[in-house]
Amino acid sequence: MIKRFTLMLLLAGLGAIFAGLIQNYVADEELNLTAAYYAAHTAEDIGAANIVTAIIVTYRGLDTLGEVTVLFLTAAIIGLVLSQGNRQQQQPQRKLPPAGELLVTGTRLLLPLILLFGAYVFTHGHLTPGGGFQGGAIIASAMLLLLLSNPMKRFSHRLITVVESASGLAFVIIGLLGIAWAGGFLDNRILPIGTFGELFSAGAIPIIYAFVGLKVGAEFSSMLVSLSETEDL
Amino acid sequence: MTLSIGMGLLLSVAMVVSAIMATRGKRSLGISILAAGLASLLASVMFLLLAAPDVAMTEAAIGSGLTTFLFFFVLGRVRRGEHD
Repeated sequence: MIKRFTLMLLLAGLGAIFAGLIQNYVADEELNLTAAYYAAHTAEDIGAANIVTAIIVTYRGLDTLGEVTVLFLTAAIIGLVLSQGNRQQQQPQRKLPPAGELLVTGTRLLLPLILLFGAYVFTHGHLTPGGGFQGGAIIASAMLLLLLSNPMKRFSHRLITVVESASGLAFVIIGLLGIAWAGGFLDNRILPIGTFGELFSAGAIPIIYAFVGLKVGAEFSSMLVSLSETEDL
Repeated sequence: MTLSIGMGLLLSVAMVVSAIMATRGKRSLGISILAAGLASLLASVMFLLLAAPDVAMTEAAIGSGLTTFLFFFVLGRVRRGEHD
């Protein structure tokens, strides 16, 4: 009874707070100072049609590096924790039921399309919505489909680790090149800005996003693979 | 303007309903997982309505795609272990 009452009280309090927020909410008529700067200068300084990408990769590139690092740590910790189990028994105790015909055929049909779409999303990050993180997640969902249709499939951990480390290293090296050749860390103007709106434009952004996409895809895939490889204890 | 507000309201109601189904649903765990995925999917449509397509893509790919399948994956694992 007391617990229910406390819960009701808590909900009413939360409702009051949100009601107050909504009552006082006035939509901004114009962009604030930082946003106005980004909106006015992105096209000529960065050359990216997608302002969000310009902010994420160039203006706030250091934050993106931090996010990628956090994701890397997560993947590493999951790998560490899950590999503590019984890695030595490679044979499954039980025969698994075979995956359905629909799933297997659908996977065969959809897998290349999903991979292609993921690559499209991260190479066109500076032109259309999306970018490295989204593309990487799409690629990882293709890997998940593969694992669902054949749970016993084994991926090469070595390959995943090499892709992940190499793209992380390339990301940092491009950032350092920015210090040497352009305005600062992760500046995209180490390559020519090019024509606004074309695929090969916006300096280093497509290259950086391709590496981020590969890295994120490899990290998610390594999490999924290590989850699927833990045999039931 | 009115249309988008109406759609937003409809979406929020549907999101709340699917969230309640996900947390309080008594029927089966599978339906709860699907309802949680539905809530994420509706959230991604909501982001699209609020003119944030980048966030919508992330939400659709991770929130409703990867997470739902991951839950099913783990559920299958747990069920298989039950017989021992």
